[in-house]
Amino acid sequence: MNAFNSLMDGFGTALTPVNLLWAAVGVLLGTAIGVLPGIGPAMAVALLLPVTYGLEPTGAFIMFAGIYYGAMFGGSTTSILLNTPGESAAVVAAMEGNPMAKSGRGAQALAAAAIGHFAGGIIGTILLVALAPTVADLAVDLGAPDYFAIMVLAFIAVTSVLGSSRVRGLASLLIGLTLGLVGLDQMTGQQRLTFGSLQLADGIDVVIVAVGLFAIGEALWVAAHLRRTSGEAIPVGRPWLGKADVKRTWKSWLRGPFIGFPFGAIPAGGAEIPTFLSYVTEKRLSKHKDEWGKGAIEGVAGPESASSASAAGTLVSMLTLGLPTTAVAAVMLAAFQQYGIQPGPLLFEREPDLVWGLIASLFVGMVLLLALNLPLAPVWAKLLRIPRPYLYAGILFFAAVGAYAVGGEALDLVILLIIGLIGFGMRRYGLPVLPAVIGVILGPNAEQQLRRALQISDGSVSGLVDTPFSITVYAVIALIVLWPLLRKLLVRGRRSDADVKA
Amino acid sequence: MRLRTPLALLGAALLVLAGPPLLSTGSGAETGTQIPGLRFMVPNTPGGGYDITARTAAKNAEDAGLTHNIEVFNLPGAGGTVGLSRLVGEHGNGKLAMSMGLGVVGAARSNDSPKTLADTTPIARLTEEPDVVVVAKDSPYKNIKQLITAWKKNPGKLPVGGGSSPGGPDHLAPMLMARAAGIAPKKVNYVPFDGGGELLASILGKKVAFGVSGVGEYLDQIKSGELRLLATTGPKRAKGLDGPTLKESGYDVDFTNWRGVVAPPGLSDAERKKLTGLVTKLHDSPQWRESLKTNGWDDAFLTGDKFGDFLAEQDKSVVSVLKELGL
Repeated sequence: MNAFNSLMDGFGTALTPVNLLWAAVGVLLGTAIGVLPGIGPAMAVALLLPVTYGLEPTGAFIMFAGIYYGAMFGGSTTSILLNTPGESAAVVAAMEGNPMAKSGRGAQALAAAAIGHFAGGIIGTILLVALAPTVADLAVDLGAPDYFAIMVLAFIAVTSVLGSSRVRGLASLLIGLTLGLVGLDQMTGQQRLTFGSLQLADGIDVVIVAVGLFAIGEALWVAAHLRRTSGEAIPVGRPWLGKADVKRTWKSWLRGPFIGFPFGAIPAGGAEIPTFLSYVTEKRLSKHKDEWGKGAIEGVAGPESASSASAAGTLVSMLTLGLPTTAVAAVMLAAFQQYGIQPGPLLFEREPDLVWGLIASLFVGMVLLLALNLPLAPVWAKLLRIPRPYLYAGILFFAAVGAYAVGGEALDLVILLIIGLIGFGMRRYGLPVLPAVIGVILGPNAEQQLRRALQISDGSVSGLVDTPFSITVYAVIALIVLWPLLRKLLVRGRRSDADVKA
Repeated sequence: MRLRTPLALLGAALLVLAGPPLLSTGSGAETGTQIPGLRFMVPNTPGGGYDITARTAAKNAEDAGLTHNIEVFNLPGAGGTVGLSRLVGEHGNGKLAMSMGLGVVGAARSNDSPKTLADTTPIARLTEEPDVVVVAKDSPYKNIKQLITAWKKNPGKLPVGGGSSPGGPDHLAPMLMARAAGIAPKKVNYVPFDGGGELLASILGKKVAFGVSGVGEYLDQIKSGELRLLATTGPKRAKGLDGPTLKESGYDVDFTNWRGVVAPPGLSDAERKKLTGLVTKLHDSPQWRESLKTNGWDDAFLTGDKFGDFLAEQDKSVVSVLKELGL
């Protein structure tokens, strides 16, 4: 009840005209930033930091939170329409969203994503209000062995999205893992695959890989085929979600947050892994399995809802523990410190107005974002009416700007083009692109957690399975892997039973 | 309609990118410190320690009317080594400075960079901060003596977590501590984390036996009792904290993490004086005083050759630790 009263006070803070204005500025900027590939919310907040010195902290943080949530909304827009993810969390949206857009259902995919984000954000924020202390404690109890177990689970889940051909999917995954190896070994500082170049020492940014494989690869592919196919624009169908669509997706919208929220709160989580897991879950549960890969709307709704909810989870750890679980949270933490405010166990007592105002503004921001994005969905979808040569020239331009913005290095543009060529080759030989991107995201993460776990246990392998959580996760993995076999045995068992009776 | 949306987006993006420099115009008072077109390089990503130092310093210098429109830009890579190489390459450019600190000294060495800080023109050291040795509140180690006795017995079984990669400040501090306690640094089981924030969860959850990171990272957790402070690494006790230094506990360690400013090599005397003068005036400004307070930074102002000697000495100590580790 106490939390509820404080939240009501928070709405009092968030709904003042000035703070409402900051929330609006934040969500607008965030949406724009999310749409542009390469410029992520972390960079946007960092660049805005000096400008907000003069602001009152509450207003500044309301704006930052708006940028964060807004970028989550915006990131999926280009994923769906152009097969070019604006953020790494939006990679999954391209899987089902882009085929939908290509078949003239772009507006529906966008609307499903927007409502998914809204549902995820609202439910995630409610969970934030209700569960903040509990989730924060859980986050601390998990260690490297547990994270590694989660990564293994994610890898197992990924193999089920490898597409029609397992071998091609694995080949793609290996390309991604190799790209993920580039850079300094995080544990020892040893250089790997850097060819002596200092610019490569930090590895290849996921954004560059994703933009290269998706956007550049796609543009080259379209260019190579433009002469043979007609250069006509993609049809734009009906603008709104139909009743049948809503009937299929409402469960996905509601399921997403429960996958996304916990992952946001734990240090090795972030928004990417829950989107993969949500995609796989939706695929398993879907009644329309034949549509997957060709534009199943649940595949957009679930992951998008999970990604927004993970943003709420991230705020839990940041506000209650001072623990940044994503790059955006790390920058926001730095921002808190600039105002002389230390997020952590004492924040809720020391700055109740700020914290509850911020939380209330998340609800306000979500409503603003939905009001902004839902009517925009058909407008965005009209982008596809631009004739393809112009459309893809524009994509190439924005992809290059985005890749350059990541680090301000000309070398990144060269890498982008090389990866684009790899992406073109992968399309030519029917290799799915997504596993490669997942490899780049998960590979280094999994390696770091594995080695950290082994180092903490001083080299003993038993250190990987010495927590109840990791044992549970491995049990789940074993069940998933063995399930087809078990089911066969069960069926056979029952059949022989029947034989005996007969 | 179809053109307007991308244009609006482009506009928004430009606003984000160009807004900060456009909004920060100085007052224009002529004090002889003006360096038109001065650029301040940050060899780290936005939001990191060097970034905040640089942006704060630039903002304060403009507010104090010392110079206008300092452009702060980021050139991250290899722990600051990419930025360092670029700075050394800008021979004779009197309108460039770089925000840096102990981490860059370590990174240049552990990356085997052909360019080191000895190639730069030292301008000033600005701030410093000791590291703290902390454990979770329910840890069996009540004081630093207990911890180090147990550590000595079995260094491999007591993993120590730090917020920087090998060669960085949080890596050097426990290594120096080990050496002072008679443990071979090679035996230390150091687990690197991506900053003090990520490390925090592992200390609280007792995944590592103890953690070493900057005092500013954990001030609140120590005050609220979530973390127990066993020792600080600096020559003096940390302000507002009740914990002994390693030195008073009988371990000969004097370690502080620091941040400063360097400029490209080959500057004329006049150019060097101008930059040093600007930083000195900045240091004396009330705006900077205020920033030190709000950020919890300790003033550690040191300029010119003295700073150069300090850099050389820090470099030596980094090299000796890395050599012992075989890196």
